[in-house]
Amino acid sequence: MNRRIVITGIGWVTPLGTGIDPVWKRLLAGESGVAPTTIFDATTFPTQFSAEVKDFELKDFLNEHYDDYKHCARNAGFALAAAEMAWTNAGLNGSTGVDPEMVGVYLGGGEGPIDFDNFVAAALAGWDTERRELDSVRWAEAALERLSAVVELEQDPNCAAGHIACRFNARGPNFDTLTACAASTQAIGEAMCMIRRGDADAMITGGTHSMIHPLGVTGFNRLTTLSTRNDSCLTASRPFDRTRDGFVIGEGAGILILEEIENARRRGAPLLAEVAGYGSTADAFRVTDMHESGRGAIAAMSAALEDAGVQPADVDYISAHGTGTEENDKTETLAIRTLFGDHARTVPISSIKSMMGHLIAGAGAVELITCLLAIRDQIAPPTSNYANPDPNCDLNYVPNQASPCAIRIALSNSFGFGGQNDTLVVRAVE
Amino acid sequence: MSERRVVITGLGPVSPIGCGASEFWTALLEGRNGIRTIQAFDPARFGSRIGGEIAGIKARDFVPKSYRKAGKIMARDIVLAVAAAHYAVTDAGLHTRCIIERGEAEGEPNLDVTRFGANIGAAAICADLSELSEALASATEDGRFSLRRWGREGMGNLTPLWLLKFLPNMLACHVTIVHDAQGPSNTITCGEASSHLAIGEAYRSIQRGTADVCICGGAESKANPMALIRQELAQRLSVRNDAPQSACRPFGAGRDGTVISEGGGLVVLEALEHATARGVRIYAELVGFGASNDAYAPSQFDPQGRGIALAMNKALADAGTNADAIDLVAPFGCGIPARDLAEAKAIRAVLADRAAEVPVLAIKGGLGNNGAGSGAIDFIAAVLAMHNATLPPTVNGESVDPDCGVTLSTGDPIDARIDVALSSAYALTGGQNAALVIRRYRGQDS
Repeated sequence: MNRRIVITGIGWVTPLGTGIDPVWKRLLAGESGVAPTTIFDATTFPTQFSAEVKDFELKDFLNEHYDDYKHCARNAGFALAAAEMAWTNAGLNGSTGVDPEMVGVYLGGGEGPIDFDNFVAAALAGWDTERRELDSVRWAEAALERLSAVVELEQDPNCAAGHIACRFNARGPNFDTLTACAASTQAIGEAMCMIRRGDADAMITGGTHSMIHPLGVTGFNRLTTLSTRNDSCLTASRPFDRTRDGFVIGEGAGILILEEIENARRRGAPLLAEVAGYGSTADAFRVTDMHESGRGAIAAMSAALEDAGVQPADVDYISAHGTGTEENDKTETLAIRTLFGDHARTVPISSIKSMMGHLIAGAGAVELITCLLAIRDQIAPPTSNYANPDPNCDLNYVPNQASPCAIRIALSNSFGFGGQNDTLVVRAVE
Repeated sequence: MSERRVVITGLGPVSPIGCGASEFWTALLEGRNGIRTIQAFDPARFGSRIGGEIAGIKARDFVPKSYRKAGKIMARDIVLAVAAAHYAVTDAGLHTRCIIERGEAEGEPNLDVTRFGANIGAAAICADLSELSEALASATEDGRFSLRRWGREGMGNLTPLWLLKFLPNMLACHVTIVHDAQGPSNTITCGEASSHLAIGEAYRSIQRGTADVCICGGAESKANPMALIRQELAQRLSVRNDAPQSACRPFGAGRDGTVISEGGGLVVLEALEHATARGVRIYAELVGFGASNDAYAPSQFDPQGRGIALAMNKALADAGTNADAIDLVAPFGCGIPARDLAEAKAIRAVLADRAAEVPVLAIKGGLGNNGAGSGAIDFIAAVLAMHNATLPPTVNGESVDPDCGVTLSTGDPIDARIDVALSSAYALTGGQNAALVIRRYRGQDS
């Protein structure tokens, strides 16, 4: 019998705000965090909008610890703030109830945003227009003058996990995974496995990312995976709608505290939900496309259900990866239909990416938090901006209105570029 | 349910001193040195102008013919991983899709592809500066970069799949496609600790039964201007440019930094019963894994090496053994003065009164530091030393810093029965530490 792992604390920094309940209310109301991009001048980009985290001050979260971390990258700051919330509401502040060597961190943490202006200045100084090649001597000259050690090193994806370890004296196992859009779902699943086995008593887990910078958006625009509905950005993210034209890039972090249930009970910690199952697979098909049968997604979902000892018919709510790209939504729908059979037609499925945008490595964690809130309040959040049914997407996507319903078991999907599939199953603590 | 035993059945090192288990082992025994003046670009303006590079390695030599085109969207790090995967899978006698399609084996795959996992350590891969600079230079107005011109037309000069060349999980993506590994998959991005963490996690997934076979390890190239400048800004590099081969001196007196390198390694881990059913050679048994974080001070490492020692002790406890059993330590040992000292303190703390007798296998003198792939290379060296019951000489190990006080072997290779070895790594940034314990394989019953 596996040890049971529960979530005892949650925190997030999202395009819809930071407090758990205020953001949850906005999600239930179908509000959008999407707006014209302000982080950089995107006015000539194919995509000129995004879901930015607004009015965020790390100082407001770290208080007297702020000076220690003010040098960290934007994504690491999101993670620290979310971790601060999660740690506090798990009742771990000032706690002696946990052994620091048995507290670990497992993040799906993205790389920090590139030092764009200085990077570009060095690139232009180094580019030899006549010989059409990079002159590494000229480049180095400019780069050594402009780039700073701190800014460069803080871009490493594992920095956020390191900062969290330091802030909360978490000396146990410490990992960062970067499996693109699946990263934080994967992190939470692996963190659960570590506590189950006894490699840690508590894990600070989740993910964080910000790719709203010129090269991040360039990369996705070149792949043509972003919506380009610049004239109506508020409704641009349209998962499962026939007129969907790509995802909307977001940024932010979601952090959860996981603990073994008996330890958590002993501490008198809040038992928010149980992380009951995890599945990870690879499509092993193509770099750019999912396997058209959805085989990797099916295998990940069925592995997670099996791990949780749950039948497909027992699932009361599905938080879809639901990016709003033509391919993902079609293939994910097919995978759900294949695995869930008749139950697929009724089970509520929603994508909060319709409101928050796609937090990339941070997406899965934020979506798992909404799953446990859905269990807590017995209500499925909506898929916003849904107007036009797609014959390829013919399930119950909770269109536009939150739907009160009995939710005991929820399943959350995350799929990454390159065929990475991860699924988590959470259930109410009884 | 008890956990399954896990053994190492395939090794795929890719390094400046040699690729593939056999050539790499020969190179270690010879004390071969792969550090030269950097060839990939003109390093004249850098303080450190030396490094370890691998000549002539191309993706096409390691993938099925139908997949050669994909080589165009592989950053150097990905090529190294794809090469390492081919060496490892071949060494393990696995008939994967790649091996069959290349005509290197016949028939059907000899493993269940849905229970074939991949855990690969990777860096935040540096974009190809030439490609990106050329595109950026196309978006200037009056000699200055214009973001508006970039948005309008400049970015169009990048190939549509540009981003996919550099996503860290593309190492695992290409490896899983090429070898049809459909089981649990992950990418660990924890700097120099990545390979150990990836191998440790793969070990766990086989132990608990979610996979039967895993390909795991890591790869990275630091032989590019962006990676080099980051190491230089962090003041980690040796400036012994006139003597590249003696520049990197792990734990050595007079060490002045590490050197950049490229390479990596993937290993095949397998459930013991799966390996014995195939009748395949078993290099060693993986028996312990431990991980930790320094959690010392923001963005600073612990100069006492307590986090490293904690990871080591966790791995030993996981293996159900202790320091008395250790016959070999294979640390990260990169030649950065304060880092080597902290790591040496950890080794001495763990070994206690055995520090003077237990040999330390520190191989970066001839290899340099290739980041996310370095741990896999160190681990493979330890596995080969155990398997061959031989201790290769330490390149640049002649003069150990008395403050480090570790025991390096020099001169000719030494016969050495190694029953238990401890391999460890730490991230230069981020505070992550990890350790693995391997044991000489003595049959199914012991």
